[in-house]
Parts: sequence; structure tokens; C-alpha cells
Amino acid sequence: MVTTPVVGWTEQIARARLHVVTGKGGTGKSTVAGALALALAHGGRRVLLIEVEGRQGIAQLFDTQPLPYAEQKVAGVPGGGEVRALHVDVEAALLEYLSMFYNLGFAGRTLRKMGAIEFATTLAPGLRDVLLTGKIKECVTRTDETGRHVYDAVVVDAPPTGRIVKFLDVTKAMADLAKVGPIKGQSDGVVRLLHSGDTAVHLVTLLEEMPVRETIEAVEELDGADLRPGAILLNRVRPPRLPARSVTAAADGRVDASRVREGLRSAGLALAEEDLDGLVEETVEHAIRVQAEQRAREQLAEIDLPAVELPDHVDGIDVGTLYELAEALVDQGVR
Amino acid sequence: MSGTLDMDALIDDPDTRVIVCCGSGGVGKTTTAAAIAVRAAERGRAAVVLTIDPARRLAQALGLAELGNSPRQVEVAGFEPKGSLSAMMLDMRRTFDDMVLAHAGPKRAEEVLANPFYRTISSSFSGTQEYMAMEKLGQLAAEGSWDLIVVDTPPSRSALDFLDAPQRLSTALDGRMIKLLTGPARAGGWGLRKVVSAGFGLFAKAVSTIVGGQMLADASAFVQAFDGMFGGFRERALKTYELLRSSGTAFVVVAAPEPDALREASYFVERLAEEQMPLAGLVVNRTHPVLSGLPAAKALGAADNLEARGGAPLAAAVLRLHADRVALAQRERRLVTRFTKAHPAVALAHVPAMASDVHDLGGLREIGDRLAAE
Repeated sequence: MVTTPVVGWTEQIARARLHVVTGKGGTGKSTVAGALALALAHGGRRVLLIEVEGRQGIAQLFDTQPLPYAEQKVAGVPGGGEVRALHVDVEAALLEYLSMFYNLGFAGRTLRKMGAIEFATTLAPGLRDVLLTGKIKECVTRTDETGRHVYDAVVVDAPPTGRIVKFLDVTKAMADLAKVGPIKGQSDGVVRLLHSGDTAVHLVTLLEEMPVRETIEAVEELDGADLRPGAILLNRVRPPRLPARSVTAAADGRVDASRVREGLRSAGLALAEEDLDGLVEETVEHAIRVQAEQRAREQLAEIDLPAVELPDHVDGIDVGTLYELAEALVDQGVR
Repeated sequence: MSGTLDMDALIDDPDTRVIVCCGSGGVGKTTTAAAIAVRAAERGRAAVVLTIDPARRLAQALGLAELGNSPRQVEVAGFEPKGSLSAMMLDMRRTFDDMVLAHAGPKRAEEVLANPFYRTISSSFSGTQEYMAMEKLGQLAAEGSWDLIVVDTPPSRSALDFLDAPQRLSTALDGRMIKLLTGPARAGGWGLRKVVSAGFGLFAKAVSTIVGGQMLADASAFVQAFDGMFGGFRERALKTYELLRSSGTAFVVVAAPEPDALREASYFVERLAEEQMPLAGLVVNRTHPVLSGLPAAKALGAADNLEARGGAPLAAAVLRLHADRVALAQRERRLVTRFTKAHPAVALAHVPAMASDVHDLGGLREIGDRLAAE
């Protein structure tokens, strides 16, 4: 059986301070970003988890009140580590940004109500991304009075794979915007950070055809834009139940029903014909899925990135399972 | 308890003229829309399916190898429907261009199409795809060549985007804001302006510092060229909105049995009720029903027993994968029950997951069978 080369968390990724987490919709990107933030907070570190898409997904994940536009603690980790969270609101970020250069006073709130800010981001769609990445950079580079970074690591629950390169490619977005002025000066620093070894872009995927295809395309796009892919985060990995040698035959519909019946009988189970047929049918479907997962692993192996796995939790994700997922990441070398 | 969504009754009813498949991204809307259209055609309707962004293999299954912005008859070996089936993929830029060409004189249309701001709006504004999907639906309905139109909705993160986007785009294009930004003094008659005029002047200055004066000038030129067309646009959008509210339309909300997708489905069902839009029901897509009556605890006990004795590895594996499946089915049932408790009047259809991805008409037919099986 071919498996994805699980080399875990490389030295190079461990050096990154900004971890951008993307993935196709429905792959559990936000959950993985949350687990990664918890894992990185091990060893007494302080981590900031940023959400940029206005979904309040972090609040749901950590079972807290909707987050304001402020950094606030959402979880502690044994050993003194902590995760803070920030929900970046584009409108607030624009006003905050403008107030650095102009005194808008009370007009800011009224402008917001009038839709003026949404309008400004409509005029120049790149503006939105420039504001968001600008805020991210500010958090990554912020230092305290002793000159030490306020956050040891910053994790971003980023836009999905289809939009990630556009989101991070600030240089392109700037082409839409003014060639001079304050925003230009700031964006140069953002570009430097995003293209440096301080940043790693991780890709969350399931072992399914479409998410894997999107992952591969996204890696090509990231490479093309000179951004750095980090690790593949295989989410919701389910245990293979069938012995490897039985998979191919079973996927073809060849399950030796009489052997199954005999085995069941030796364990003291005598099933009605239809219940046995049902088991066989479930086994065929399972085998077809295992084969598809195998193909997905082979395809992922070709892009040759380090990978870590998160096990499936069939009962869904709560704060408890989030800590379990973080443990699983730490066990695989995430640091 | 919720009723069952009777898909065949819906597609056989000659008064059903439009079926809109909506739901959050990644739940199988496009495939569901295609399967409904195939089934309707085989049951005698003259159907057309408007897809937004189909996976390549699904597009091939419908014979849509090339992107075309108008419907084409589906001709595939072994497909001889009693009715007929056409299919198309939305090309949003071309739909927008066509709309401009239809509403403006040739000279003005040329100006608009060449404007850089128009190019931004028509290709990257987040609401454009939704708006153009609705525009195309309006065109297909007006053309009258089909008696059933099945519409797939854009793959937005939120199912509600598609109802809100046309409004957002209208607001962006209606020019009030641009007039304010480019010449606040001339945009009189707005009470608010007095209150914020000082702030607004600054804001306008700030915005032009950020987006650049050229962008604002382009935007202004665009809006001026666009002004005359705007009434026509709005009228058409209203007409499509009315079509969506008419009794000939049926919304089919699609969701995967996952918390996020069902939460979005909930919002959407509530929103449809608010807008008085007709909901046919919820399709719970890709479920994993248990196929054998063996209880999970018994299966696990027997598997432990077999493994302890080191015999019958195949039987032990079968027992474990069955127990996994029971657990998965229970979770799905629990999630769906949460939805039905909140929306007891919504009819449901469950579509068991196919073992592999659908990439031909046979697969679409199979999904159609599963949709109508209950």
C-alpha cells in the first residue's frame, strides 16, 4: 500500500511564525485551524487565531460568545500556553486604518451605516484583502516594550483554496490601488512577510477526489505566485477496516459471503439472509471508498509536501475533541 | 414529523415551471439539479438545466465539453428521453456583456464595455455571478422554449448570498455613492449629507488616496454611461424576483448531513418564508443509511471475540466497518432531526451517497432514482 510520506512537521515549518490555513469548502478548515492554534500553544506559547471571513466560526468552535473586533483569550493550554482569537471585520479595519491618517471622528460610524465602506471595497475588490493581510501582518510583527514578539505564532483561518492566492498576492491586489500614499508603503511590508520563511500556507484536505484536486491546483498556484506551501493537513481520516489484500476484490463486488457467514457463526452470530446481504453491501461500499482514499494518497504523494493527519470524530467536534486533535498534531511533531 | 418530498409529483406537475436548487457550497447542488433535469426529461418534460460551475466530468456527462452561454440539446448515446433535455453553463461575463449590449445604443455599449471599472465589476465583484444567474433565468423563462427550467445556484459560502447579491450589485451601480465621492457638492437632496459632509469630504479624499483618482474617474464615467440603462436593469431584476415568488417556482434546498450545511439550510428555509418564496423541500444529500439490522454493540462484541481468538479477519473487519456505519448513520439522523424539530413543515428527501463520484448519465439517473425513492 502506498501512503503519503508522513514526515510530519519539518524544521522549516516550525520556524514559521505565520501559519495560513486554507482548504476547499467543507474540508473542516476552521476546525483544523483551531486545533493547530492549540497545538502551537503547547510549551507555554502564546498564539493568536485570526478569522477573516466574518462567520464567527472561532466562537462556535471554542463555544464562546461571538467575538468582537478585539484580541481575546479563548483557550488555555496546560503548561501556561494560551490561544487568543481575533475576528477581523473589514469595515472596522478600514476605519481603523483611515484613522491612522485622517481624523474621521463620528463620521466613521455614519459612513458605515450608509454602506460607504462596502462601496469602497466594491470599487477596488483588492482593497479588502490588502486591509485583512495588513492587519495580520500588524499582529505578527507586534512587539512588547522589551522588543519581544507579542505572539509566538499567528494562525489564520484563511479563505478557501479557490481564493487563497488572490488573498495572499497583495502585489497583484495593489495594482488596483493607488500607486503612492500610505497604503502602498504598508503593503510593501506585508508582501515581504508573506513571501518569507516566516510564513507557511497549510492546505487542509479530505481523502476525496475533489478536495485533493483543488489542493494540488492550489499548491501549483502558490508556487507560481512565489508563496510557500507548508504542510498538507489530512482531515477526518478514517481507519481502514478491511485487510489490505481484500480491498480490490471487495471493491469489485467480490466479497466471500460464505466466509463472512462462517466467521460470524464462530463468534456466535447467526444473521438473517438480508442482514448478511446488507453487511456485504456495506463492505463493498467501504472498499470502494478505501480505494478512492488510496488514489487520493497517491496523488498527494506526488506534490511532495510534509503531511500530518487528523482522525475523524464521528460524533462531531466540541471543545474536548478540539484538544484531542491538537494532541494528535503535537504527537506528529507540530511545534 | 416532517413529510416526504415527492420529487416525481413535483416534476410531473405541468404547473411546475422553475426548480431552483440552493444550499451552501460543496453539498452537491449542481449534481442534484442535473439529476432532477434528467429525470424530468425522461418523464416527458421539455427541460433545461442552467448550471453554474459544474465539475469537469459532470459537464462532460451532459455533453457540455465547451463553455457556451446558451442552452444546447443534450445528445448522449443511450439517452432517449420521452421529453427533451437542454443544458448550459453560465458565462457571467458574457451574460453581463449581452445585457449591456441589449440595453444601450451601440456607441454607449462600447464605452461601457471598454471601461476598466466595468471589467472589474463584471468579473470580480462578489455578487455578479448571482446576479447573472438570475438574469439568465429571466432570459430562459422569457424565451419560452422549455416547460421546466432547473437552476443551480452559485457556489457561495452562504446559501443566502444568492438572494442578496442582486440587491448589493444594484446598490453599487446606482451611482449615488459615486456621485458623492466624485463631487459631494453636486449630490444634494440627501439629508444625511449635512450631518456627515465634513467627514464625508475627508472620507472621499481618503478613498481616492487609497483607490487612486483614476479608479474614481473610471467609476464615475462608468456610472454616467450606465445611468440610462439602469432602469432597465432594475426592472428585469424585479421581474425575475417576481418569477421566483410565483407559484410555478419550487425551491429545493440541498444540504449534506453536516452541521454547517444544515445550519445554512435552516437560514435559507426561514429566509424563503420571509420572502414568501415557495419551498418544495429539503434534500439531505449523501447520507449513509445502515443496510443491515445487526446492532452495533453486538457487532463490536463479536469483532472483539474474533480478534481475541485470531481467526476470521474478514468477518471481524466486516463487523467493525458495520459498527462505524451505524455510528455515522446515527449522527446523520441526529443532525437531520435537529433540523426537522425546528422546521416540522418542511418535506424531506434523503439521497444515499453514491460509492464513487458521478460522471455519466447513468450516475445522474441513479441519483434521480434515489431522490424519488421515498
